[in-house]
Amino acid sequence: MAETRLLLKHIDVPGIRTYDVYRAHDGYKAVEKALNMTADEILEEVKISGLRGRGGAGFPTGLKWSFLARPEGVPRYLVVNADESEPGTFKDRYLMEYIPHILIEGIIISCLSLGSNTSYIYIRGEYVWVAEILEKAIAEAKANGWLGKDIKGSGFDLEIYVQKGAGAYICGEETALLESIEGKRGNPRIKPPFPAVKGLWGCPTVVNNVESIASVAPIITMGGAEYAKIGVGRSTGTKLISACGNLRKPGVYEIDMTQTVEEFIYSDEFCGGIANGKRMKACIPGGSSVPMLPANLMLQTADGKPRYMNYESLSEGGFETGSMMGSGGFIVLDEDQDIVYHTLTISRFYRHESCGQCSPCREGTHWMEKILQRMVDGHGTMKDIDLLWNVQGNIEGNTICPLGDAAAWPVASVIRHFRDEFEWRILNGVEGLGKTFGLAHYADPIAIKNEEA
Amino acid sequence: MAEVQFSEKVYKQIEELKTRYPEGKQKGALIPALHIVQEESNGWLDVPVMDHVAELLDILPIEVYEVASFYTMFNLKPVGKYVLEVCRTGPCMVCGSDKIINHIKKKLNIVEGETTADGLFTLKPSECLGACGYAPMMLLGKSYREFLTVEKVDEILEELKNQA
Repeated sequence: MAETRLLLKHIDVPGIRTYDVYRAHDGYKAVEKALNMTADEILEEVKISGLRGRGGAGFPTGLKWSFLARPEGVPRYLVVNADESEPGTFKDRYLMEYIPHILIEGIIISCLSLGSNTSYIYIRGEYVWVAEILEKAIAEAKANGWLGKDIKGSGFDLEIYVQKGAGAYICGEETALLESIEGKRGNPRIKPPFPAVKGLWGCPTVVNNVESIASVAPIITMGGAEYAKIGVGRSTGTKLISACGNLRKPGVYEIDMTQTVEEFIYSDEFCGGIANGKRMKACIPGGSSVPMLPANLMLQTADGKPRYMNYESLSEGGFETGSMMGSGGFIVLDEDQDIVYHTLTISRFYRHESCGQCSPCREGTHWMEKILQRMVDGHGTMKDIDLLWNVQGNIEGNTICPLGDAAAWPVASVIRHFRDEFEWRILNGVEGLGKTFGLAHYADPIAIKNEEA
Repeated sequence: MAEVQFSEKVYKQIEELKTRYPEGKQKGALIPALHIVQEESNGWLDVPVMDHVAELLDILPIEVYEVASFYTMFNLKPVGKYVLEVCRTGPCMVCGSDKIINHIKKKLNIVEGETTADGLFTLKPSECLGACGYAPMMLLGKSYREFLTVEKVDEILEELKNQA
C-alpha cells in the first residue's frame, strides 16, 4: 500500500512552492469554498472530519476550536505552532519548505471560522530559510488578494506574521510559545486559564500545529465526512510521519494510518528496511518523549497481533507494552546501537531544554543525565538503575507543563524494556567501553527479510 | 544616548517589526529584533547592544537580558566568524554525529564551546535541530549542512577558510 497524499498531493510538481503553480493545481479553492460558508459550518466540517492535533497530544481540533471564548470587542488569535523541536520530528519543516501555501490556505480558513484577524506562525529560529519561504508565500498571497483587508470582497480582514523563536524546545508548549511571542522567556503558564480563554496578551487564542492547520484545507475541499473515511477508527485522515535513524530511506511519508509498523519500516514504498543490512533493535514511534519499544513489541502487540501505524494501535498495551503516535517522529535504532548511551543523549536534551521553573524537572533532568553519564563512562552501579527509576518517577506528573513527563517517559521505558542491557553495561564497567550489547531476546523477529534484500 | 548605533537598515527593520503587534505590545518584537541585531554585531550580544534594543522597544534592559540569556541562539560572549552547530541528540547520534564532532575537534584543535585562535571557528554542540532524517547535520549560519561525512566536513572547513 502506497502513501495517501492529501497534504503532499502536489509535492512532486516543480515550483509548487510558488503561488502561480500552487494556484494552477487547485490552490486556494478551499478558501474560495470557505468564503461562502459560515464560521459554524467550517467548524462543523472540522469536527466531523475527526482531525486530531498533529503536534503530539492528538486532541480533537474541532473540539479545541469550540472552546474559544468570544467576548465582544476582544481580538481573537490563531497561533500556528511551527516550533518543531521534538527529536525525530521534521515533518512540519518539510511541508512548509515545499508547500507553504497549503499552510496559508489552512490559516485563512481556520481564521474565518475562529473570527480571528491576526495569526502568528511561530517557527523555530533555526529554520531561517523556511521562515523566508513563508514570508515570501505570505507576500504572494497578499498580492493576490487572499490576505489583507476585505479578502475577495468578503469583508473579512486577515494578516499573517511569521515570528521566529530562538532555540528553545519548551516554546513548543503552547503557553510557553505565547510567552515567547510576547517577548518573554519561554516559561509555561499554569493552566487554567487555558489559551482559549486567556491566551496571547490575555486574549482568546487557539494554538495548533502546522500539520493540523494545513489539514483544514483538504478537509474543506473534500468535506469532513469524506476526510473521516480515510484512516481507521478515531485515527482519521492522513498523518505525516518523519522517519529517521538507521533506515534505508529516511524521510517524510504521508500515511492513511492503516499500515502495519512492519510494512512501514520494511516495504520499499516507505522506509525500505534497516540501513546497511542490519537488524532493528528498538524504535521510538512518536518523537523522543514517547516510550521506546524493543523491536518485537514494536512490530507486534503483547498479545501477538500486528501493530499498526495509528493512534490507537501504537498506544495499545499502555506504557507497559505500548507507546504513542506523538508527533510522528519515527526513530529506528539498529543492532549496533547502545541503549544506555542513546538514553543519555535524550536525557541531556531534556536537561538542556528544561525551562527551570519546576524543581522536579530542573533538578531531576540534571540527575538523570549525571547518572546516565556515569553509566556510559563505565562507573555505574546496580543501585543507579533503581535511582534512575526513582528520579524519573518523581518528575512525572509533578510539573507545570508536560516537559517533565517527556523527560521521564523515555527513561522509564528503557529501564522497563532494556534493563538487562543496563545491568550488562554496569557489570562490564570500563572493560565494556566500546563494546555493544547487541540484539538480545527482543530482536526483530522478521529481520531476515531485509537481509535477503 | 546609546553607546552603540545600528545601521539604518536595522532601525528600519525593527520599526517594521513593531507594527506586527497590537498597540503597547511592541515587546513582542524583542526576539526577532535580537536576531537582526546579533547578526550585525559579530554574532553576539554585548550589554550595550542589548541596552540599545531595550531603548528602541521602550522596555527595561533587564527584560532584554532575561530573554537573551534564555534562548540558546543568542550568544552572550564573542564567537568565531563561523559557528559550527553540530547536532548530537539521539537520531543524529545513531547516525554517527560523534564521529563528526570528534573530527572537527581534532582538526581544529578545540573542544566543545571553544573558538579557534584565529577567531574563525566556534564549535557549538547542539540539541535537535529538526533534520533527523538527514543526519548527521550541522547548522552553519543561516543554512543546514546535512548528510555529513568526515570528507564533507573537510570540504566545508576548506570552503569557509577560503572565503574568510
